[in-house]
Amino acid sequence: MAKPTFAMYWAASCGGCEISLLNVGELILDVDAAFDVVFWPCVADFKYQDVEGYPDGFIDLCLFNGAIRNSENEELAHLLRRKSKTLVAFGSCAYEGCAPGLANLTTNAATMRTVYTDSLTTDETRGNLPQPVSQVPEGEISIPVLYETVRSLDQVVPVDYIIPGCPPEARQIAAVLRAVLNGMPLPAPGGTIIGAGNVALCEECPLAKNVKQITRFYRPYEIVPDPGICLLEQGLVCMGPATRSGCGALCPQVGMRCEGCYGPLDGQDQGARMLAAVASVVAAGGSHLDEHAQAREIAAVMDTLVDPAGTFYRFSLAHSLLRRARVADSSA
Amino acid sequence: MNAETPDRARHAHHATPGAEHGERVGVYVCHCGHNIANTVAVEEVAEWAGQQPNVIVARDYKFMCSSLGQELIEQDIQQLGLNRVVVAACSPHMHEKTFRTACQRAGLNPYLFEMANIREMGSWATDDREAATQKAKAQVKGAVDRAVRQQPLEPLYVDINPNTLVVGGGIAGLTAALELANAGYHVYLVERDSSIGGHMAKLDKTFPTLDCAACILTPKMVDVANHPNITLLTWSEVLSVHGYVGNFTVRVRKKARFINEELCTGCGTCVEKCPVRIIDQNFEVGLGYRKAVYRNFPQAVPKYPVIDTEHCTFFQRGKCRACEIVCPTDAIDFNQKDTFVDLEVGNIILATGYEQFDARRVSQYGYGRLANVFTSMEFERMVNAAGPTAGRVVLRDGVTVPRRVGIIHCVGSRDKNHHEYCSRACCMAALKFAHLVHERVPEAEVFNFYIDIRASGKHYEEFYHRVLAEGTHFIRGRVAEVTDAARGPGEEGQLIIQVEDTLIGKQRRIPVDMVILMAGMESRKDARQVAALFGLGCDYDGWFTERHAKLDPVVTMTEGILVAGACQGPKAIPESVAQGSAAAARVAGMIGQRVMKMEPVRASIDASSCSGCRICNNLCPYHAITFHEDRKVSEVITALCQGCGACVAACPSAAISGAHFTRDQVLAQIEGILWDARQPEVLWLEPQ
Repeated sequence: MAKPTFAMYWAASCGGCEISLLNVGELILDVDAAFDVVFWPCVADFKYQDVEGYPDGFIDLCLFNGAIRNSENEELAHLLRRKSKTLVAFGSCAYEGCAPGLANLTTNAATMRTVYTDSLTTDETRGNLPQPVSQVPEGEISIPVLYETVRSLDQVVPVDYIIPGCPPEARQIAAVLRAVLNGMPLPAPGGTIIGAGNVALCEECPLAKNVKQITRFYRPYEIVPDPGICLLEQGLVCMGPATRSGCGALCPQVGMRCEGCYGPLDGQDQGARMLAAVASVVAAGGSHLDEHAQAREIAAVMDTLVDPAGTFYRFSLAHSLLRRARVADSSA
Repeated sequence: MNAETPDRARHAHHATPGAEHGERVGVYVCHCGHNIANTVAVEEVAEWAGQQPNVIVARDYKFMCSSLGQELIEQDIQQLGLNRVVVAACSPHMHEKTFRTACQRAGLNPYLFEMANIREMGSWATDDREAATQKAKAQVKGAVDRAVRQQPLEPLYVDINPNTLVVGGGIAGLTAALELANAGYHVYLVERDSSIGGHMAKLDKTFPTLDCAACILTPKMVDVANHPNITLLTWSEVLSVHGYVGNFTVRVRKKARFINEELCTGCGTCVEKCPVRIIDQNFEVGLGYRKAVYRNFPQAVPKYPVIDTEHCTFFQRGKCRACEIVCPTDAIDFNQKDTFVDLEVGNIILATGYEQFDARRVSQYGYGRLANVFTSMEFERMVNAAGPTAGRVVLRDGVTVPRRVGIIHCVGSRDKNHHEYCSRACCMAALKFAHLVHERVPEAEVFNFYIDIRASGKHYEEFYHRVLAEGTHFIRGRVAEVTDAARGPGEEGQLIIQVEDTLIGKQRRIPVDMVILMAGMESRKDARQVAALFGLGCDYDGWFTERHAKLDPVVTMTEGILVAGACQGPKAIPESVAQGSAAAARVAGMIGQRVMKMEPVRASIDASSCSGCRICNNLCPYHAITFHEDRKVSEVITALCQGCGACVAACPSAAISGAHFTRDQVLAQIEGILWDARQPEVLWLEPQ
């Protein structure tokens, strides 16, 4: 009997997911032994035509990392969906857009300007921007079309499973891989989260939690938090309460606020939930004040919360209720 | 046949069954006479609703709240087997109960009913028929989509503690306390000051009958003090309130009086012998003196004095003890400490009253700068026979009798710079003052400077005519300033009132000896703290918000907390008394039920989803959330929860859910409302 087939693809993402997969250690050898790797551009030379040549459903397990940022990502999403029995959105980009999804706060034109023109380290004198189509001696060549809106994988094609995390924790990947290798049954497919918990991160965070009364917010560089005490109580916007558990609360344990990379809990909008929660524990604008004074006091505290979009939606913007900002490009 | 019979209800729009949820919804669109139908195309909304998924029948009808309208719903529930009902009409505050009851009569759980408010939020908000109709459709769609997800709920029952707390011992609070006590229920009356009586105790006469205020008030005060069903706690303040309707626990601080109430006979010898004399800013509004051990007035209830530690020589310098020496019963106790009392009550009536507007804030009228400018309360004390001048009308020097008196209306009221509202009582008080000046100084001339005379009350207009007939001058115009800068020989040494007489269209300068400023009423400085303490709302001006301005004026949005008197808005004595009685009647009615049905709209925490982050722990205004340290989860105590939803919104893990407002219900309603919203384009190609 032929070995089951394995594929991994890297769309709009940083590559951390691939590294994290390799972080499973020696287990990767078992994967290699158990599976026939049929497509994994990061580690072996495969061409897209190879995949196109496979019969539909040929790939038993396909781990897809990266968001859908351009026409190439989208094409491969459709292709791999067609060719895969089990398609897994692997990591935060594929699951919910992650950092590439923050491009949805602006326009491509503005992004291009920032990268190729306004950046201090770029020579912008020649005004060189990537050209969608270029004429070369051999003829006309084109690059993939950049979409204005970054999407998650499941906004483009149906996915069977989701492994959250930026990147997914190696031990969680290992647990999933072991389950697959040992032929243990996975939960029913259909965008099902695997390799993570079902409760918020605080569940596995050992820091002591007390009643919260926030009088101002801090960015991580502004304070050295008291070890052993809930970071949110200390004014660091720890996303733990609105974030799925699974990582083992690694960041809060070393004094770094949870940024929320494991994404929201089932059916929730992570940023909205956390914003509502944070707004509920701001200790300002006491009832002895009139409405205007209350509003002023609360606004003063909220002003200390810098970059709310990047704080609350760092990973989940493209997959949130809002998905993207409606922006008018002033330069257009 | 009556044209209003249900048979004639137009357009019964039947849709094909085959509902995605299998629920059978009836939609009823109300015309509300012309209130809705003039702006919303109600027939069109009903017809459209009839075509929506799950909707079995949709009708429009002139008055859904009429008994015929309700019967229409009941018939459809029984004949068409409806299991969800949506009425698009007015605010749920108005008629949700009506229709829930109708559903219940027809055998449908009342919590399977949903209301779309297309009147207050639709037809009354715009004249644009097309937009209002479109919005009504959206609201109906939202209500239908929510209704199909609703779950039947059973009400909760709680026992009602028959004791009542009344906060404030002014005329409104006294009335409420006496009514309840007379009905056989126990009342705790908490008063911040050393005596009950409130503002009314300072007054001399009351308009328009000119009854002596003390003569009608002090018997009530004595009744309160002696009533077996009333526990009087003066010199006391409410510190905290926990619980919910029927079962409040209230902590009261009894401030130390330094008088042993068991021993004190109220003889007043200590007051007499106390060597410290200070200006009484409270009861005598700065016009008279009191001692360091004092009673506000001789008929004060209770009769025990209090020692003012800030001015008492013993407390300041450790010497004196004159009162202790002279007290025949050894009732002086310098070691007394504040004590705390916990009260268990079922209902709370707030009757915390008002404060007088500080006339200094209208600086052009010179109060505090020009000696002979008085406030209305100062004048009340002056004309009071028991007051600092024993009822003589004199200038600040204490001897000169004024010949010409100017009374300025609307100081701080009806003034965009201060309070836009009318303080209601001051016009009549001003007329009373005019009468009293004439009575005490028959040769005096009195000028009233008014914007409008507001004499709308029983026998008020007649009193106005009486004062007119007595020769009081009425000058219509808002006074520009009161000054002592004379422009000519006729004005020297007098106060000049500069005013535009709008009836003759001329500027006038009227020299007078005495000016009385009719300072308006404003909410107490700490009204917002008090509101927060008891969990009720304040309006912009700090007046406590009633449940319904017309139909439910003494009940607040917080069950079991009622309001009476001027804490709810400016009021004169008769209205305050009426409200005190009304609040008492409402409380008595509730106590009579013994058990109270409570909305089953409650929050609950799914312990398996709770991560123990504790964000919800200090949000609950009813202290209904407790944290289990051992299991690291929070829990809502259902009996304490009032279903406000603060914790539901705040829970970052969505572990808290509110019955009747579950996430899927609310999101379905939102999506229903947005039924015609354009799908957002999520994908734009780079323009080439």
